[in-house]
Order: sequence, then C-alpha cells, then structure tokens
Amino acid sequence: MTQEQKPSSTRRRLLVVTSAAGGAATLGAAVPFVSSMLPSEKARAAGAPIEVDISKLQPGELGIFEWRGKPVWILKRTPEMLDSIKQGAAKLADPESSVAQQPDYAKNEFRSIKPEIAIMVGICTHLGCSPKEKTAEEKAEMGADWAGGFYCPCHGSKFDFAGRVYKGVPAPINLEVPPHTFVTENTVVIGDDRKEG
Amino acid sequence: MATEYTPKYTGIIGWVERRFPTPFIEFQKHASGYYAPKNFNFWYYFGSLALLVLVIQIVSGIFLTMNYKPDAALAFGSVEYIMRDVPGGWIIRYIHSTGASAFFIVVYLHMFRALLYGSHREPRELVWIFGVLIYLTLMGEAFFGYLLPWGQMSYWGAQVIVNLFSTIPVIGPDLSLWIRGDYVVGDATLNRFFAFHVIALPLVLIGLVVVHLLALHDVGSNNPEGVDIKKHKGPDGNPLDGIPFHPYYTVKDAVGAVVFLALFAIVLFFVPEMGGYFLEYNNFVPADPLKTPLHIAPVWYFTPFYSMLRAVPPLFNSQFPGVMVMGLATMILLLLPWLDRGRALSIRYRGPYYKWALTLFVVAFLILGYLGTETTNVWGQFGDWLGKADVATVVARVCTLVYFLFFILMPWYTARDRTLPVPSRIAD
Repeated sequence: MTQEQKPSSTRRRLLVVTSAAGGAATLGAAVPFVSSMLPSEKARAAGAPIEVDISKLQPGELGIFEWRGKPVWILKRTPEMLDSIKQGAAKLADPESSVAQQPDYAKNEFRSIKPEIAIMVGICTHLGCSPKEKTAEEKAEMGADWAGGFYCPCHGSKFDFAGRVYKGVPAPINLEVPPHTFVTENTVVIGDDRKEG
Repeated sequence: MATEYTPKYTGIIGWVERRFPTPFIEFQKHASGYYAPKNFNFWYYFGSLALLVLVIQIVSGIFLTMNYKPDAALAFGSVEYIMRDVPGGWIIRYIHSTGASAFFIVVYLHMFRALLYGSHREPRELVWIFGVLIYLTLMGEAFFGYLLPWGQMSYWGAQVIVNLFSTIPVIGPDLSLWIRGDYVVGDATLNRFFAFHVIALPLVLIGLVVVHLLALHDVGSNNPEGVDIKKHKGPDGNPLDGIPFHPYYTVKDAVGAVVFLALFAIVLFFVPEMGGYFLEYNNFVPADPLKTPLHIAPVWYFTPFYSMLRAVPPLFNSQFPGVMVMGLATMILLLLPWLDRGRALSIRYRGPYYKWALTLFVVAFLILGYLGTETTNVWGQFGDWLGKADVATVVARVCTLVYFLFFILMPWYTARDRTLPVPSRIAD
C-alpha cells in the first residue's frame, strides 16, 4: 500500500469546480434579496400625473402640490419678480438653462410656458431639501443685493424666481421643471405633457 | 490546540464545570488570567463603558420594539404613545435616545485615547481597524434609528443622507432608489431602516465587538507609557508589569460604570433632550414631505463630517466631491496605523510635532462639529475683499484641511519628531 503524498489533482479540480458552482449559486440566491429592495409595483404605480386648478392663486402667491411624493411649486409671478429674473443673470451659475433640467418648451428666459406661471419641483438639486421662498423684502436675512427667490435652509443654496441656481452655492444645477401642460387657461396637468387629442 | 484542563470546583458548579468547562476556560483566558498593564488611567474607562452602553441600547431597544410601529402612517404616533401611555415608556425611550449620544461620547473618547497612547500602532493594527469598523457601523445604526420616530428631522435627514449616494457618478440615482425602495423617502424606506436598525446592524456590531476584544486579548493591551509589558515576564510566565484583569480592572471599571450611570441618570431625568442636541426640537413635528424645516442639522455626533460636506463647493455640476471628502474623512482612519511612524507610542515620549498636530486636529474637529449644528451664516460674512463669503464656510474649509493634513503629513512629522527615550519597564 503506497501513501499518496501529493494532493490528487483530480480531487483538487473537483474541489475548485464545486466551490465555484457553490459560489455562483450563492450569488444567484442573493438576486431575490437584492431586488426585493427595489421599488415595489405599488410604489411604481403611484407616480400618476395630477391636475391642478390655479385660478385661485393670487399674484406673488406660491402654491405647493404633491406629485410623486415631491412638492411641486406653482408660483404666480408678479411683474417685479419677472424683472428680477431678467436682471439677475450675472449672479447665476447657469442663466441659459443649458443643463437639461426642464422640458424643451420651458427652456426659455423664464423657464416656463407662460411667463407669469412658474412650475418647478421644489427639491433642492443639492441633497433634496425643499427650499423656502425669500422675497426681495427679506434683505436683512439674505444680504443687501438679494432680489428675491428661493433659499435652501439645509446647506444655503440660493435660486432666483425661475429656479435658476446662484453661483458659489452647494447646489450644482437649476431646479427641475416637471413635464406639464395647460389643459385650460387655469388648469394644469403635472407629470404629463402630451397634448389632448 | 488541546489544552489540559483541571476542574477546580466541587458541588453543583463542579458538576457543570466537568461537563461544560468552556466558560471556565474562557473566563480564565479573558479575565482572571488576562494580564493587563498595571498603569491604566482615566482614559481606559471608555472601552468597558462602550460595552455597557451597547447592553443598555440592546435592552432598551428590545422593549421599544414592543410598542413601536414601523409604518409611515403610525410611527410618529406610536412613539408619542410610548412617551405618554405606555407605563415607563418615556424612560425607556429617553434611555435609548440618551444612550445613542452616550455611545458616541464614549467611543470618541476611546478613539482619542488611542491617539494619545499609540494604541493603533503595531502590533494592534487590527484592533484599531475592527474599532474603526465598529465606529462606522455605529454611524449606520444611529442613522437608521434616527428615521424611525418619523419626525421632520428624521425625514429630511434621511432624505439628505440617501441623496448623498445619488451623487455617485453613473450608478448614483439607481443606488439611492434601491436604498429608499421608492422615489422619495417613504413607508418602504422606514420599514427597511427598521429592519437594519433592530437586527442587521446590531448583529454586525456584536460580531465586530467580539473580534475587537479577541484581537486585543491576543496581542495584549497597550498602556499610557506605550511600553510592551510582554518583554519582561516573571518566573510564572506572566508580565511583571501586568495585573490580572479580574479582579483588578473589573473593580476599577465598575467604579467607572457607577460614575457614568450617575451622569447618565442626570441627563435622563433633567435634560433628556440636551437642549436640542440629543433630540432635536423639529423631530417633535411629524414628517412632512412637502416642507423642509427652516434649519436642519444632523445630531451632534455627525456634525463634523456634515460640516466637511457643506464646506466643499460643487465641481463639474456635481456635489460628489463633497460626499467623497466626507467619506474619505472616515475611511482615512483605517490607514492610521501605517501613517504614524513615530518612534514612541505614547504622547508622554513623543515630541512637539505630534503634540501640536494632535492639538490642532482636535480643535479643528471640535470647530467642525460646532459649525455643523449651525447655519452657514452663523458667523456673518466677510467684506468684499473675500467676495462676501460666509465666515463659517471659510473656517470649515480651513478645519477640513487641518483634519486631512493631520493624516496626510503624519508619516513626515512623526518620523522627524524629537521623541524622548522610552523606558523598558513601567515605573511604580
């Protein structure tokens, strides 16, 4: 009877193959666990468009509506607010809205379909807080050259009344303008921009 | 390794010992026969205190889960129910919330002890690394737990932290969607954070504490002199400068535990919210996804890193650099054993370079911690000569730089430091 000193290469190969197969099976078994953490069908279905009546908004008033769990702002801008948008370009990081944060029909000076109606997602592009409206009168808090807009309390990002981000603040890009369309003069659908018909 | 073991006890204990000697062997190995240096001082309380807080958190946590409901519609109400209607519920909840802050206080002091006496140095690198992993797990545990009361700070804090992941290039947005399980922080997020907080991370934490202690007992404890006590052993094979952990240090640590618990009780009964630092005022308002509180700040133990995040300006239309700085600030701790090249372990024999560097580091860390609790305009603005920058932001940038330079320059300044000769024994 001879004692084999070297490990048998067949057995070694079997060991490698079975270990690899076991490893692959373990990885496969992880798939349902990892995918169980993705949004459920229920969560996916909850993203339907909303219809908003804006007839009651006063000039200068900001309405907040929930769409996909996010705050959507509808601001009826006053002529002073529109002036501040026209004159503020020098302080902004992306005054031309070159980063695609808006549908093409809102890629204009006021980032809106109608100049006086601003519609945007009220979520700071920095880390997702909801900025606060700060009017031009709040210079004491915002500094002497503040022309009005939005201020994020979390990390100090500033935006103008068109949701365009200031230079030198943590937020990198302008606020998002969601897809939207006016069904009638005073009814707007958020989340869907296909024309009726 | 087969060990000869002679049972010592008679009677019922002896009956158990003959059938199940493992606990007796382990007690001897890790307590009555574990020789620790004889010169442990004040700084050596915090390891055992961290263990005590872990037990407090597990016990109080178990009892909280009996009445808490991990459901976005019910969570806030169930916490108020615990506070108002469950007999003793308020004290259990305050024990758990105070325990969270106490955990970080003792862990920060425990880590500072390592920096003082070189406990991260060879041969204790793995003890340090397991310790850093415990610290990171603890941060995760605290973050997941903070969402559970479903208050305004819970909600918006989670929103900000999960969005940190969405700044990672390419995979970021999908990754944060996967973490949340919904397009916004919602019921799915709360439910899974509950699972992480009450079972997944506690298991990891306990496992890490076990390997932290086993690795420590394999190489032996450091001490305030930074002297290796294993170099001088008596005829019995035990270090001449060591004393058995039990009963000497179990008694010492019991005194520390009593003092700690007295302080803990004072917080519990007189200032459970600690002026908004342990429990933030805004968290007594139910979560509102449409309205961010005017001033949001993380709980105090995260604020140094939060300050760093806020201090880094965006680059290439992305906030990722700030997130990376914050991540690196914690990860760099893992490299500490190899960055430190001083000839002496203990600060008692280190030269002025290390003493100054450590002082600046601690000051910078404390300033960052303070600034993280405030808004960026807390110290006003510079004049036109600095472009009207916020003073606090500039200070935070300087402190972030100091924090990193402490580590990056460490191989250079520790190797060149004028160290004093280290004695071979611990003096009486």
